[in-house]
Amino acid sequence: MNRKLTFAIFRYNPQEPGSRPWMQEFRLEETENLNLFVALNLVREKQDPSLQFDFCCRAGICGACAMVINGRPGLACRTKTAELPDKIVLMPLPGFRLGGDLSVDTGAWFRAMNARIRSWIHNDEEFDPDAPEVVMDNQVAEQIYELDRCIECGCCIGACATAQMRSDFLGAAAMNRIARFMLDPRDKRENREYFEVVGTEQGIFGCMGLLGCQDVCPKNLPLQDQLSHVRRKMGWQALKKILPWSGG
Amino acid sequence: MRIIYTDLLCIGAGLAGERVAIEAARAGFETICLSLVPPRRSHSSAAQGGMQAALGNCIKGQGDCPDMHFQDTVKGSDWGCDQEVARIFVENAPLAIRQMDYWGVPWNRVVPGKACYFKGGEKLEKEEPRDRSGLITARDFGGTAKWRACYCSDGTGHAMLYTMDSVALQYGVQVHDRTEALSLIHDQERCHGAVVRCLKTGELRAYISRATLIASGGFGRIYRASTNAVINEGGGQIIALDTGGVPLGNMEAVQFHPTGIVPTDILVTEGCRGDGGTLLDVNLERFMPWYEPDKAELASRDVVSRRMQEHMAQGLGVKSPYGDHLWLDIRHLGREHITSKLREVDEICKNFLGIDPADSLIPVRPTQHYSMGGVRTDKDGAAYGLKGLFSAGEAACWDMHGFNRLGGNSLAETVVAGMLVGRRVAGFLQEEDMRVDTALVRGELKKQQERVDTLKSSTKGDPPFEVRNRMQDILMDYVGIFRNEKDLHLAGEKLQQVLQSAENPKLSSSKAGADPELSLALRLPGMVRLALCVAFGALERRESRGSHAREDYPARNDRDWLVRTLAFWPGGRALPRLEYEPATKVVEIPPGERGYGGCEVISAES
Ligand SMILES: Cc1cc2nc3c(=O)[nH]c(=O)nc-3n(C[C@H](O)[C@H](O)[C@H](O)COP(=O)(O)OP(=O)(O)OC[C@H]3O[C@@H](n4cnc5c(N)ncnc54)[C@H](O)[C@@H]3O)c2cc1C
Ligand code: SF4
Ligand code: SF4
Ligand code: FES
Repeated sequence: MNRKLTFAIFRYNPQEPGSRPWMQEFRLEETENLNLFVALNLVREKQDPSLQFDFCCRAGICGACAMVINGRPGLACRTKTAELPDKIVLMPLPGFRLGGDLSVDTGAWFRAMNARIRSWIHNDEEFDPDAPEVVMDNQVAEQIYELDRCIECGCCIGACATAQMRSDFLGAAAMNRIARFMLDPRDKRENREYFEVVGTEQGIFGCMGLLGCQDVCPKNLPLQDQLSHVRRKMGWQALKKILPWSGG
Repeated sequence: MRIIYTDLLCIGAGLAGERVAIEAARAGFETICLSLVPPRRSHSSAAQGGMQAALGNCIKGQGDCPDMHFQDTVKGSDWGCDQEVARIFVENAPLAIRQMDYWGVPWNRVVPGKACYFKGGEKLEKEEPRDRSGLITARDFGGTAKWRACYCSDGTGHAMLYTMDSVALQYGVQVHDRTEALSLIHDQERCHGAVVRCLKTGELRAYISRATLIASGGFGRIYRASTNAVINEGGGQIIALDTGGVPLGNMEAVQFHPTGIVPTDILVTEGCRGDGGTLLDVNLERFMPWYEPDKAELASRDVVSRRMQEHMAQGLGVKSPYGDHLWLDIRHLGREHITSKLREVDEICKNFLGIDPADSLIPVRPTQHYSMGGVRTDKDGAAYGLKGLFSAGEAACWDMHGFNRLGGNSLAETVVAGMLVGRRVAGFLQEEDMRVDTALVRGELKKQQERVDTLKSSTKGDPPFEVRNRMQDILMDYVGIFRNEKDLHLAGEKLQQVLQSAENPKLSSSKAGADPELSLALRLPGMVRLALCVAFGALERRESRGSHAREDYPARNDRDWLVRTLAFWPGGRALPRLEYEPATKVVEIPPGERGYGGCEVISAES
């Protein structure tokens, strides 16, 4: 016998006059290999076509579908119902502007974050179309790629107590991104310049180190290591600001 | 209703759209990119395996050059491509990849010394020379003479798109995400911008732009089973077709990738076979060498997909509740290789199939994957039929792919075409002014608003989701890998009925804001028209070429069909109007044997 699943789904459409947040229940029979991508689309197609949620790649690659699944932030498309109890509670990811129901505006948040930390390679030299590429050790390339794997899903922000308390907190995803640029020999920024963008309470010094972020990252990024790496570097930089003779 | 003015409007913020936008922004023009999703979630991020560029750095790529890349591309296209465009493409790919490197893509590099690799099931050894150490390396892909696919593990598209979006941010490209272009504003001669629906609020806006670019990616989701993201529904091709004057090229050229997983149709990259993975049948026997002694699993995609389908038709597929499939075997590559170089594949197998590919076989079958057809442009990316309209990337039919795209050539196309079309667009903006015709703009806005209002108040009809499913099933059943007259006729008739339902659906909700059912209803008739262009183009093309395989016309016919289909859809017609143009004006390599696929050829001279 297949299980009968109950989905309790957060409903609220800020565009609809008079709409208020509430929880709506939908029932669905479990089938083999059912995941939340298939389940939510079935609910929408067969039961309530107005239900809002975001899927894009449906393969755990694009980061569109993060939501809180039975209390835990995760990617809906790669969550199988078999891993969950009969009752499945779905809430939108906190910390982001709500679009409607389970859809949140992670895009605007991440774009603003990337602008704040100036998330691009800083290099004064022009690109020379006739020159071969600058050599790089394969290991370095792989280390950069390792941190580049962040898919900006926002799970780490949804799970972070600091981010919930202060909306301007940059979060683990930003620290990971900065660590990625620090590693990259093509980015010519000095520690002083990194310090300007993350050496603050909204940045690395706001982090309480409880590591809610690392536990939920669907890409298993080594966020703990990156946070402490950035903290160490920026702590040192802060000290240099206080003790100017320690060298610039 | 809001009206927004800009120099360049890019419809699409994937690799192609952003690359064009960057070029225009760097030339000092105001540039806005629209996207259904945040740019970094565009489907470019899902590309895993690699980008082709003839750098010739690694030992198995040594001696590679644009000429060889050109030959592979033309053969791969089954001589359906525009050879002038293919030539421009191969010459510029090395530069484009180095620029992506300069901007920050962490390409894998040459590691000097001895290393093992697999070809098919066989273990071999290679030695990378010292003097190439640290240069961009490459892996093997299907249909190529050399190892040419440059990569970042198997997250190549992701790494490229994140870098591209960073550069767009750096140069001040504006992004209006969660927006959907519904129609182009035009006067039959010049494009003036687009009417756009905000997917956050449901509001309609007009964007008035001196140049407009369609870079909206592929339209794979007209098929039920596709490796494409769920947003790949052909929005850009639809609005071009709807102008009546802009043709879509070669819509019947639809690629099926050999290794979509069963169920869920998620892609596992060609890199699996490039790195030495093999295909096995129900008896766990390798069958590709039997059909394709030379290239085996690494023949071009159209050929491998057809051979798989033939093999399953002989009863040698593996039965499953989701239909027959075959096995992809990468176990012999070893866990270390799989968890580093094929990491996405490892994650996909574990998360979506619940298996470990280091000790289990992966269930796969050919699945819709790529749209070679699209908005027909000239070699500068200017669309046929409307001045001021451009197109690039998978949305376009620039036409370097002809009837079959090689793995790794699409990422490369997005950045090469993006760079070149971007330059052309910047030049156009430099020279061309536009008189804004407010009546034209208001007229188009009103037309779209009326569509929305009619849909919301309609009281009878079928639910849009149901109608979409019907369309998708028809394409699966009658316009798949193998095609024939009877099926294609049937598809045409059924799709015409579906088009009527799509034009008069009934919504069950019509809530305020970005109601998902209304969004689908607005796009659905256009999707069915694209489906009809595919089916009708396939019916009329009485030959087999690349991915277009006709059971009733199995030969490639260079005498009658060395042409590109152009589908126009003037208003009020029930079917598209098809015209043809020569596949290529410049002929560097006359049509010949591909060296794989074993297809009979009716030569142009006969
Ligand atoms: C699973 C998978 C793996 C692949 N792997 C490889 C590979 O290894 N190598 C390779 O070369 N190629 C690969 N490809 C192909 C390649 O990834 C794509 O062809 C390429 O990335 C397309 O880029 P694009 O910029 O043209 O479009 P996309 O990246 O698809 O971007 C389209 C953009 O248009 C927007 N858009 C669409 N419609 C509208 C509308 N109506 N209004 C506003 N915006 C709109 C979208 O939001 C998006 O921003 C793969 C494809 C798939 C499906
Ligand atoms: S460790 Fe820092 S970033 Fe991570 S959840 Fe805790 S406060 Fe947030
Ligand atoms: S760090 Fe991990 S959890 Fe945070 S946004 Fe990136 S992928 Fe998601
Ligand atoms: S839909 Fe892309 S990660 Fe879930």
